[in-house]
Amino acid sequence: MPLLLEIVTPEKLAYSDTVDAVTLPGAEGELGVLPRHAPLVTTLGVGELRIRKAGQVETFAIAGGFLQVRPDKVVVMAEMADMAAEIDVERAAEARREAERALEGGFHEGADLTQARAALAVALLRQRVALRHREGPRHRG
Amino acid sequence: MASQRDLRRRIRDVAKIKQITRAMQFVAASKLKRAQDATLTARPYSQKIDEVLADLAAVLGQDEHPLLAAREGGKRLLVLITSDRGLAGPLNTNTIRFAARAIMDHQGDLAVVSVGRKGRDAMRRTRVPLEAHFAGFGDRPTFADVLPLARLVTDGFISGEFGRIDLVYPRFVSTLVQRAQLETLLPVTPSADTDGIPGNQFIFEPNPAAVLEQLLPRYVATRLFQAVLEAKASEESSRMVAMKNATENADDLIEEYTLAYNKVRQANITREMIEIATGAQAH
Repeated sequence: MPLLLEIVTPEKLAYSDTVDAVTLPGAEGELGVLPRHAPLVTTLGVGELRIRKAGQVETFAIAGGFLQVRPDKVVVMAEMADMAAEIDVERAAEARREAERALEGGFHEGADLTQARAALAVALLRQRVALRHREGPRHRG
Repeated sequence: MASQRDLRRRIRDVAKIKQITRAMQFVAASKLKRAQDATLTARPYSQKIDEVLADLAAVLGQDEHPLLAAREGGKRLLVLITSDRGLAGPLNTNTIRFAARAIMDHQGDLAVVSVGRKGRDAMRRTRVPLEAHFAGFGDRPTFADVLPLARLVTDGFISGEFGRIDLVYPRFVSTLVQRAQLETLLPVTPSADTDGIPGNQFIFEPNPAAVLEQLLPRYVATRLFQAVLEAKASEESSRMVAMKNATENADDLIEEYTLAYNKVRQANITREMIEIATGAQAH
């Protein structure tokens, strides 16, 4: 039974294809979805989304949003979804330095602090995903 | 009758105007392509968010979240989306007139948040209280652009300052048709649950209330973003059509003036010939 995966962001449809399995950062920790999964709706964290399809692994950096799972279809509604191959490593590193500076630099309280921390988490993730992609594919079980 | 020189100048002027309107027509056409694509590619996300909200509504009550609850009291807020620049045909006039009708029909307190300069100017002229103004979001509005607006309306609704929030914007139907439209943004009304699997069959993690808590603010932002994109596509198509008409009118004018110019020129030549002939006879 094929599993259709759709990744949508507010700005575009980032991915739409049938896949064998997908792993992603759910609200309650890492979550793996295979065909015939029970209907599920959950919030998403910041992390890596890995698509397995015909022995190949493709990675996205995703942040925030929701996941809707149906037996034959998985819909990821993410605030951000970047394909590993498309992330610019240098820019990701620059964003990380900026986020770190922002955290060290000034006063941060409440929402401001949460926001600055979130920015850093996203920057770190993008950098990690992009670097790993550049080093070349690795085999995973 | 205008002199030959006057007419020549007029023809030149109209030709220059035509150059400009033609250029604007082509610029609008290429921007329209982009704006239309953006509107269409953003649709799947807002549809999915709608779906999840409908699933949640099936398992949760109205009193589960303040953004869902209809309420008494509080001002009514109108979010009016227009363009920053003019020369877009009747688009802004129509949108503003549409909003004005809603404003006049409303009894009680009301305020407006304007997105786009044209709407703000019209509200200032008619002394409708402006709550806030957002300058248009450029040629490529991003989701991040609408977040401050989303936060403003959400906070205002939760604090009870606003009892109802409506959205007025020109919906993009086609290149030739843009329709001013009023939609209620808050309180949120979930659409019917029609995506195949009833909401109560879903497992919600960590729980339905927590998912709703995160979903609703995003739902509001998505609705606003979609409206901003629709307005952008409407603006460019309306401008393209208006400039196309202007270019064609310029063509007609040039033709008319050229005809008049030739007549005057012919009359002058005839007159000079008569003068020469009379002069020759006199000798």
